[in-house]
Amino acid sequence: MKPLGSFDDKTHFYGRIWGLVAALLILSYPFVCMAIFGASIDWKLFASGASIIVLYCVVGAVETFTYTPMLGSGGTYLGFVTGNLSNLKVPCALNCMEQAGVEKGTEEAEIISTISIAVSSIVTMLILVLGVVLISFLTPVFENPTLAPAFDNVLPALFGGMAVVYISKNWKISVIPCVLMLLVFIISSYATGSGDLAGTLIGVMVPVGVIVTLVSSRIMYKKGWLGEMGTTQEKAETVPAEDGEEKK
Amino acid sequence: MFQLNAAQFDTNSPVLYLIVGIILAVVLAQAVFFLVRAYRRGVKIGMSKEVLTKTMVRAGVFTIAPAVAILVGIVALSQKLGIPLPWLRLSVIGSFSYETIAANIFKGNVTDATAYVTVALVMTCGMLVSMFLPLITGKKIQRGLMKMRSKDKKWGEIFMTALFLGMISAFLGYVFGGVGEGGSGWIPVLVFFVSAVVMALCGLLLKVTKWRWINDYALPFCIIVGMVSAVPITMLLG
Repeated sequence: MKPLGSFDDKTHFYGRIWGLVAALLILSYPFVCMAIFGASIDWKLFASGASIIVLYCVVGAVETFTYTPMLGSGGTYLGFVTGNLSNLKVPCALNCMEQAGVEKGTEEAEIISTISIAVSSIVTMLILVLGVVLISFLTPVFENPTLAPAFDNVLPALFGGMAVVYISKNWKISVIPCVLMLLVFIISSYATGSGDLAGTLIGVMVPVGVIVTLVSSRIMYKKGWLGEMGTTQEKAETVPAEDGEEKK
Repeated sequence: MFQLNAAQFDTNSPVLYLIVGIILAVVLAQAVFFLVRAYRRGVKIGMSKEVLTKTMVRAGVFTIAPAVAILVGIVALSQKLGIPLPWLRLSVIGSFSYETIAANIFKGNVTDATAYVTVALVMTCGMLVSMFLPLITGKKIQRGLMKMRSKDKKWGEIFMTALFLGMISAFLGYVFGGVGEGGSGWIPVLVFFVSAVVMALCGLLLKVTKWRWINDYALPFCIIVGMVSAVPITMLLG
């Protein structure tokens, strides 16, 4: 067996082990409940949810390929277990990387991303535990119709602030995908006369937005609009491996 | 030891809390494991402890408002499914939109064990790919990115930026996804702009005063101001 020398190799090794254990535990919940209560599955009811399962499996596959490059190795293994990626973990990691001033895709970025996702997961779990303990006191507050809009608008509030930072810094890359996405969502909304479609569309449009941005950026890069081409890394950075050995 | 029967089923049964508690303890241990490991590695490669500690504080502060919104999701689902199942699903891999759609395959509130385990199974099966695919593809994707960066560093940077901007552009469009409804559809748009304006003002204040701490808390502040602004905006347009 190949020895696990580098920090990155070990991250993948531990990530897979932890991920597998967590996935099996999460998967076991309905079966443990079946065993405890002597219940069986209502296959007719299950079949009525089959189309939802297929849809979300496709969304899951798309999210894997979209978010894995953004989160880094450790962040990916942790983020996909703890969930809430687009509404919390990815923006949190992105914000922390930006604030720390690390270059995306480097080991420093990997570390900042992992730390931010780990802390975000821990804080979320603690808040939810506290909320569950205090649920009888909190329910009237959360169900108050006056306050409900505040909790319904977390995503616009989150992406409003983020958009200013990232679009202003990278306006050349942003123009094409932003215009396209605005057109798609506004036209679909006027065509259906409601906002119901947006919730379904977003799962598909995130990867579409990513692909459009990558393709348009590549074209602009090749034309020299985004800086010089082919700045090859002259030398691999030398950093110590986790076990103390030097790694190239 | 925990063998009960279907007649004793309750969506808020203590045994369900116990199972969820065990699963969440393992997930929490995973988060702590990766946190300690990343912190130690950061110190080892010469990253400043101050930067690493500040990152932890920033991530913690950033998380508060979205986590409270997730808690609201648990409260909403708890009427139908009890507390333990939504607590589990929204603490780990699930998302509020999916769990709500999956829960609605059963009409009315779940009161019997058969419907409960079936709904829980549908919720679980929908996330199978999200649970297992990253374990299979994670390494290949990361290695591919490393290879690309080593070939052309500049393009590697643009590639990463483009990924994030692709996501942000999709959510920018999503915010406008209800404008066809009329007044109420403009609420998220206005909330988005309030948050954006607050961020721009924070940037301006940072430039003028040079207070670096503004940078640390600008985004969480924007989220909270944006969320709060939704209340009067809804009163006007809703």
